[in-house]
Amino acid sequence: MRLAWGAVAGAVTALAFLVVCVASLSGDWASFFSRTAAEKMGEFVVGFVRPAADAAFLRKLGYATLETLAISWLGTLIATVGGLLMALPAAGRWGRVARSLSRLVLNVLRAIPELVWAVMAVIAAGLGPFAGTLALAFHTTGVLGRLYAESLENVAPEPHASLRNHGVGAVPAFWYATFPQVLPQLMSYALYRWEINVRAAAILGVVGAGGLGQMLHFHLSLFQTSETASVLIAMIVLVSLVDALSNVLRARMTAPR
Amino acid sequence: MHSTPGAGAGTTACSGVRVTYAAGADALSDVTLTFAPGEQVAVIGPSGAGKTTLLATLACAMRPAAGSMQVLGIDPWTLPGAELHALRRRLFLAPQAPPLPPRQRVVHAVLAGCLPQWTIWRALRSLIYPRDAEIAREALARFHLEDKLFLRCDRLSGGERQRVALARLIASNADLLLLDEPVSSLDPALALNALEVLQDEASTRGATLVVSLHAVDLALARFSRLVGVKAGRVMFDLPRAEVTDQCLTELYGTELGASMQAPPDEPAAVLKLNRCT
Amino acid sequence: MHLAVVHDLRDPAWHGRVTAAVVFIVLLAPAFYLTEFNPAILWGDTSLRALRQFLGSFFPPAASPEFLQLVLAATWKTVAIATVGTAVAIAIALPAALMATRILSISRIATGRMALLPAIVRTGIRWLLIFLRSIPEIVWAMIFVRAVGLGDTAGVMAIGITYGGMLGKVYIEILESAEQQSATVLLQNGAGRLQAFWYAALPVSLPELTSYTIYRWECAIRASVVMGFVGAGGLGQQMELSMKMLAGGEVLTMLLVFVALVWAADLVSAFLRRVLA
Repeated sequence: MRLAWGAVAGAVTALAFLVVCVASLSGDWASFFSRTAAEKMGEFVVGFVRPAADAAFLRKLGYATLETLAISWLGTLIATVGGLLMALPAAGRWGRVARSLSRLVLNVLRAIPELVWAVMAVIAAGLGPFAGTLALAFHTTGVLGRLYAESLENVAPEPHASLRNHGVGAVPAFWYATFPQVLPQLMSYALYRWEINVRAAAILGVVGAGGLGQMLHFHLSLFQTSETASVLIAMIVLVSLVDALSNVLRARMTAPR
Repeated sequence: MHSTPGAGAGTTACSGVRVTYAAGADALSDVTLTFAPGEQVAVIGPSGAGKTTLLATLACAMRPAAGSMQVLGIDPWTLPGAELHALRRRLFLAPQAPPLPPRQRVVHAVLAGCLPQWTIWRALRSLIYPRDAEIAREALARFHLEDKLFLRCDRLSGGERQRVALARLIASNADLLLLDEPVSSLDPALALNALEVLQDEASTRGATLVVSLHAVDLALARFSRLVGVKAGRVMFDLPRAEVTDQCLTELYGTELGASMQAPPDEPAAVLKLNRCT
Repeated sequence: MHLAVVHDLRDPAWHGRVTAAVVFIVLLAPAFYLTEFNPAILWGDTSLRALRQFLGSFFPPAASPEFLQLVLAATWKTVAIATVGTAVAIAIALPAALMATRILSISRIATGRMALLPAIVRTGIRWLLIFLRSIPEIVWAMIFVRAVGLGDTAGVMAIGITYGGMLGKVYIEILESAEQQSATVLLQNGAGRLQAFWYAALPVSLPELTSYTIYRWECAIRASVVMGFVGAGGLGQQMELSMKMLAGGEVLTMLLVFVALVWAADLVSAFLRRVLA
């Protein structure tokens, strides 16, 4: 009993798995630390120190930032509405079959990564921010729908039940009893998702869905390190601002009045 | 800054010490005490009197706002950081609630008393395979807990956890032992036994022992010197024979009746479990 | 008197709600404009045809043995990238968290406030972690692909760096919100920082730390697939190739495999987290 066999066995298994994984990879570690890699990374650092800042470029950058913000904001908004609509059956309001079906749909929406959605949206709606918005909307509906369904299922049933008991219809009972209880959580999840979606929106442009990502891909493929650095800085600033705003809004909503 | 009276090598003392809470109120005001090396003292007083703060201050875990101090003959607050930390290795502060991680096994919790003397490598090796389990077993045996050696700490009762924390003290080799309500969860027989073991250990090592106690009868039974603390001030510092009923009434006010009988006012030391496993 | 009563009937929340609604609408309009929101496109002739063709080519899913073998190999690569990437992230996050967490601060013991130099070091490390995680991993992947070429090394390092930042931040939060007294007591009694970590802070927080790490590994699997789209190897890279060739059947197979992979990872993750709790 001196040796904690369980812990040791677990640690050994984890390490063995790791070793197998390392062995499965190309093992091209040397290239990461090679001279050419160092030179290229050096060029990036140089680009970062002197990011592009001429007026015309900054105008484009500003517009792309607003575009990215709009993609994330509108995509999340659509997903909030869609997610709430899908959450009602997924929480079991309309029986077990509806619950299973809607949960299946939500899982499919969630499981497909935003980037894959974006590629498909680009095919359907053409290059540009609309594709990005659609991609985010679809994927986030799956995520929020699942979270909202769980919130709805965890809500205290007494207020709703007591209203139904004096003959109130299901829809008004929902709005007067259930909805006010879950509203803070719904908003909180939505804002949290917005933070994540801003990052996602910035990236979706890589496959042509507009915004900062499209600019990033463009300049990166031309290896224009200064412009790339500017785009990255814009991304970081945008993400930080949205994070801060989201935190403030969430704190205000959960603060005791 | 006058030098502490009666100071010598190995003496622990404080003079005119004032310690304040973060909010600004005084936790201790104008406390002057001297403990010769090897002395054994009980600190008694009502709840909230400042006994815990006094022990923490003596352990260099709280810096006084005024006054001078000596710990084992050294003024701790003139030392640079690394030497202050080295000084800490020579003392042992045992808080009221046994500081045992719930999922850790008793053997490691006890051997943690040896950490100040161990290198990090020896400490890590011991976590994997405790070669010094014998030391832990002997320490636990003093409190009749040797069969709990390889159990998880959260499988023990409150009283057992408290005694495991005391076993950690036995396993350490500190010269200044500062114990905050070490027997509060033990029934009177076990409490007496535990105090005997602690005092035995302290006198074998020649260590200075300062124990804060809630049960005045235990203090009177086992310690030859009592210090009474109330509202952050030392009310009396007397040999056992000179502690009168009047001293105790002044100290405890109407609480005297309650403390002379068994259950303490404060809840028994409760181990804070993070989450249900 | 009468007027005052009428005033009381006006809803105090009305103004706030109207303002919020107006702000909302005002922000909505430019959002529609900036995103070139035009659902009519979806029903337009060309895009509907393109979409129908693309979706049509999805069926039947490609299922030839060679292709399936290729897909399975790519899937295993993705898992390997995620696992090794997570390992790199832990190697970055754990030392950073140990260095940056307040609970192992020795200078904080007596005064409740850290000395200047340790505070600067700790803040610096926290900022480094923020920087590492504020650039999305796919961007790191694109940069590394440019610097070291296509392949899995870029993916591993991209995950390692970003997730190192994320794991570091959460490790610090977990350590600082868990029960701290066990570690503090060891430090007060002279143990070293790493000793206090292994003997107190880690046993107390281990279930939460491993739970979050396993959850991150699950996220890493999804991230690896996404990064494959920019050339960082694995299933994503194969999917991108097939999409470029509009080979719908292959894409569908890989999508199905991806969904199965994510589901399996979810099961493994839930199982491990239950066992380790």
